[in-house]
Amino acid sequence: MLLRDLVYEVKNSITTNKARSSLTILGIVIGIASVIAMISIGQGAQKSIEENIQAIGANLLMIRPGSSFGPGAHVSGGQGTAKTLTLDDADAIKKEIGSVASVAPESSERYQVTAKGTNTNTSITGVTSEYAGARNVQIENGDFFSEQHIKSRSKVAVVGPETASDLFGEDTEAVGQKIRIKGIDFTVIGTTVAKGGTGFGSSDDVIYIPVTTLQQFLSGSDSLSLINVTVSEQSLMDKADKDITELLLERHSIADSSEADFRIVNQADIVSTASSVTETFTILLAAVAGISLVVGGIGIMNMMLTSVTERTKEIGLRKAIGAKKADISMQFLVEAVSLTFIGGAVGVALGLTISALVEKYAGLATQVTMSSVLLAFGVSALIGIVFGYYPARRAAKFNPIDALRYE
Amino acid sequence: MIKCENIKKIYRNGDNETVALKGVSLDIAEGEFVAIMGPSGSGKSTLMHILGVLDSPSEGKYFLDGKDVSKLSDDELAQVRMRKIGFVFQSFNLLPRTSVRRNVSLPLIYEKTPVAEREEKVAKVLESVDLPRERWDHLSNQLSGGQIQRVAIARALVNDPSLILADEPTGNLDTKTGLMVLRTFQDLNRRFGHTIILITHEEEVALCADRIIVIRDGGIVEDRKNKSKITVDNI
Repeated sequence: MLLRDLVYEVKNSITTNKARSSLTILGIVIGIASVIAMISIGQGAQKSIEENIQAIGANLLMIRPGSSFGPGAHVSGGQGTAKTLTLDDADAIKKEIGSVASVAPESSERYQVTAKGTNTNTSITGVTSEYAGARNVQIENGDFFSEQHIKSRSKVAVVGPETASDLFGEDTEAVGQKIRIKGIDFTVIGTTVAKGGTGFGSSDDVIYIPVTTLQQFLSGSDSLSLINVTVSEQSLMDKADKDITELLLERHSIADSSEADFRIVNQADIVSTASSVTETFTILLAAVAGISLVVGGIGIMNMMLTSVTERTKEIGLRKAIGAKKADISMQFLVEAVSLTFIGGAVGVALGLTISALVEKYAGLATQVTMSSVLLAFGVSALIGIVFGYYPARRAAKFNPIDALRYE
Repeated sequence: MIKCENIKKIYRNGDNETVALKGVSLDIAEGEFVAIMGPSGSGKSTLMHILGVLDSPSEGKYFLDGKDVSKLSDDELAQVRMRKIGFVFQSFNLLPRTSVRRNVSLPLIYEKTPVAEREEKVAKVLESVDLPRERWDHLSNQLSGGQIQRVAIARALVNDPSLILADEPTGNLDTKTGLMVLRTFQDLNRRFGHTIILITHEEEVALCADRIIVIRDGGIVEDRKNKSKITVDNI
């Protein structure tokens, strides 16, 4: 059979039973559309989580103090509550570890902040000038802290966009304004670029002040809540991790590393954990959607079997006048694949629409990749072949005499 | 052209054996118009299926155009049917919702004949069965019974077969259209020299052929020249 004749036959039999064909195609449309939409939601989630983590800064190691224990009693005060890390530790890391690019210690506490009649309760983070580079903080207006601000314990602040609007309103320029924290006046010298999202470390509701100022005037303690260390190269992350551990153990006079009073969190670990979680999530969503695709495929098989039975006589005639087995099976197989392919195309369009709508109205990030579209098309063609094969083979095996006698 | 040697057909169903043909030998020369007669259950349908290469005999040999076709595979049989045999069925068996031209060209479609050549052959056979030209693009279900059977005859002729096999071609037609169809067969036989085998259980239909073979209980009981041939000329 020539290709154009095959196309004619298939078109003819699909259009002969329009209602049945459309309903069968609908099954595939729903399957493909839900696979596309679900994968796009999963991948969107994955992407936004990864972006949030990347926003913290690349090649980052975060050193947190360990748990504090009350004297004699083994009651843990929770990770990060111990007051074991100091600015001296941070300086030592910077001086002695070669693979370290920058060290940005921070100490944060929550205080009530007031400014000209408004007030808010927010996180006050004491930082050094290196913090901006290490944690990817970008300045919208004004400047970040200089070395001088840190050394001289200046009473200056850099505020996040959300805090700025809370304190000064949307339209007022924050730079140059005064804010009061725990009875001390600070001058705002800069605002940061909004990072959006709610990922940890990227909150827009924050006030940065020099860490030295925080320690002296607000907390009165020289402990740190976190030391951010950026490593010069990705490949040196593990080595830096190990070197810092050794250095700090030595400085804190701890012989057994299992009793360390600090903990190093590797950013790469966070990214890979989060990625694997969202990947599982994506696979789960796709699998659920995949079930509906299989159901759609069974619909195809059902329709093809009905069609083969209905056309028994016609198949017999075709065989009587010279159609070979391959001619018959090809006709039915191509019919099944055409149905799934039409369903696939409509399903991809519908899936793209759904994911666009989800992004617009549900506020979920979605991401449609070429690979998911190709996958959907491939799967729909495969379903056509798998579920069309059995009916096609059945038709091809008809004995022309029996098929002609069939009423 | 056709040579059957002691053809037997036995159907086995578990332990039951049904003998449909118990040794039929037959020679049909090119250009003959033969009627095969017999009551139902006589084995004439089985013989037709074997002559039409729709089925293989259990025993015996069948030579079509000098070639033994009794031991071929399904696809090889299909090939033989496509090249050498044109079928006309009692129930017409045209494809529904399909144009006359398309129905007639079906054997050529399976033969992968190029489109231009196909159109030409289709036009030629449709003319030879006297189907009015304005009907050629009608769908098969828009035709009358006589026209349908003539389309079916055209389809049987289109691949220029060595043998035309007609199984009760007038069975579903009224007398007048039946005669019209018989005239078409006589015409084809006389004017173009087609070999025709007509299967029927009606004496009057058989009398239109040149030779009459009578089958009963799976064997040939009579094989005679038809001396009282009816020529359907004016109806």
